Amino acid sequence: MAERRNGNSRHLKVDVLARVEGEGGMQVRMKDGRVSQVRLNIFEPPRFFEAMLRGRDFTETPDITARICGICPVAYQMSACHAMEMACGTNVDGPLRELRRLLYCGEWIESHALHVFMLHAPDFLGYESAIHMSAEHPEVVKTALRLKHVGNEVMNVLGGRAVHPINVRVGGFYRLPSKEALAALVPQLEWARQACVDSIPLLRSFEYPDFEQDYELVALSHPDEYPMNEGRLVSNKGLDIDIADYDAHFEEIHLEHSNALHSRLRERGPYFVGPLARFSLNFDQLSPLAQQAAAAAGLDGECRNPFKSILVRTVELVYACDEALRILDTCDVSGPASVPVEPRRGVGHGCTEAPRGILYHRYEIDERGDIVNAEIIPPTSQNQAQIEEDLRAFVEQYQTLGKDELTWKCEQAIRNYDPCISCATHFLKLDIVEA
Amino acid sequence: MHHPDEAASTTLLLIGIGNPDCGDDGAGAEVVRRVAAAAPDGIRTSILSGEAAKLIDAWTGAERVVVVDAASSGSPPGTIRCFDANAGPLPASHERRSTHGLGLAEAIELARNLDLLPSRLTVYAIEAAETSVGSRISPAVADAVRRLGDELAGVAEPGHI
Repeated sequence: MAERRNGNSRHLKVDVLARVEGEGGMQVRMKDGRVSQVRLNIFEPPRFFEAMLRGRDFTETPDITARICGICPVAYQMSACHAMEMACGTNVDGPLRELRRLLYCGEWIESHALHVFMLHAPDFLGYESAIHMSAEHPEVVKTALRLKHVGNEVMNVLGGRAVHPINVRVGGFYRLPSKEALAALVPQLEWARQACVDSIPLLRSFEYPDFEQDYELVALSHPDEYPMNEGRLVSNKGLDIDIADYDAHFEEIHLEHSNALHSRLRERGPYFVGPLARFSLNFDQLSPLAQQAAAAAGLDGECRNPFKSILVRTVELVYACDEALRILDTCDVSGPASVPVEPRRGVGHGCTEAPRGILYHRYEIDERGDIVNAEIIPPTSQNQAQIEEDLRAFVEQYQTLGKDELTWKCEQAIRNYDPCISCATHFLKLDIVEA
Repeated sequence: MHHPDEAASTTLLLIGIGNPDCGDDGAGAEVVRRVAAAAPDGIRTSILSGEAAKLIDAWTGAERVVVVDAASSGSPPGTIRCFDANAGPLPASHERRSTHGLGLAEAIELARNLDLLPSRLTVYAIEAAETSVGSRISPAVADAVRRLGDELAGVAEPGHI
């Protein structure tokens, strides 16, 4: 962390951001009370996944793309499966669709528990890290570890293992879990649901900066459910499109200071994906208990203060536990583990709600099912431009703060988005010229 | 090098950390595979990625735990160092960047604060040389894996590490 002052100029810099996934830094330059430059520097090296996928069989995508991220592998598997099933003209419905949703609940629980209690709460309680926080707030950290364990267990049972699950395939699963294994999840999820509800008074008591922006919030929306795997892409500013039209409305651009591409709405620029967007655009689809949790957290159905994302994530934790229990109460594992998917030449799109927001995949495959082209747009690259806009507005609003506090708050403003930098740098556009 | 705790006959949980696809980073996992292949009495084995919550999960309830991990401290490749985690934090050189993935050093300190540290936790760190994706384990580290694995399995006499 550093600050340089030169006359009316001010320069805030964090070389390596803490409590985010991957390697990135931040620079903010001010002149005469105005922010002249904001950079979220992402120096995590590019990882070439899209180029790597070319020529691979369409059935390999869930396993290859899961390796992009150890925090949200299910999101990659789900977006990949849906895209390939669309390309092949297959629809996975009924119990298999429900079990996919259950698996996704496990990932939301694991990811949100980590961020709420281990990565974000220390910002509000004034600790450098969860380790420092654990000495004086051991119960918060114990709750986090146990919640994370519950999420892991859901992923173990459905996915075969908690990180980079191995049981997901295009068309469904390789093997369905036993009724006994599913039943064993119930008491754990009941505990988790209550623990999340019980944590809300503490989280609500945190001091939140008075900071709201006129965001364009973008999320999936589905008529029957809080969005995870399917839906149309909507926003609070009139966007309402089929996911297949993603590229017509969004674009990616490369900026010199970042190894991650910046996404923008072609017509309107930066936009915001993730829990705040999902919550604000789909409040009515939350379960009654999750809506009660939102009310207890002081949220009224729309939230545009990104610092309060910790509250929204907790509401989503309650929802994910509630939804997992609903599925466990009704799901049927007596049928086949998957439906057949035959390759054909075509293009498929998949867009699902990763814990951090929409994750878009597009694949073109040939008649044998070999991948001709792949496009993967993770939520963090979609939020990158908005994070920089937040920093710009936040620094101007709070420029009277001292160096340490302002820098701390700027880091917090980035962590509001739970950025996953490793995800954001998985791509590099390569033109391969065949000899 | 020999640690007297490992000579005892009561059940010991041996955890190896690392990614075998990243050359020497997989040293801890390789040690555990070597020990598991020897199937010694009184040792349970586990291979983990090193993520803090899963480490704490794994050792909760165990009294005697040995963790083997690759390290980067500037020592010659293949150097084996032993730390008594109950006595204090690992040296700073064994910590890594604080990202989503809290690691072994953080797991130990979290567990210490939460009273979840095993009553005896020993960490063996094998100095790595090459950890890039797709690389193979280097000769010096392979030798260290052999020596440490054999001693932990009780194959070799104490003092050969």
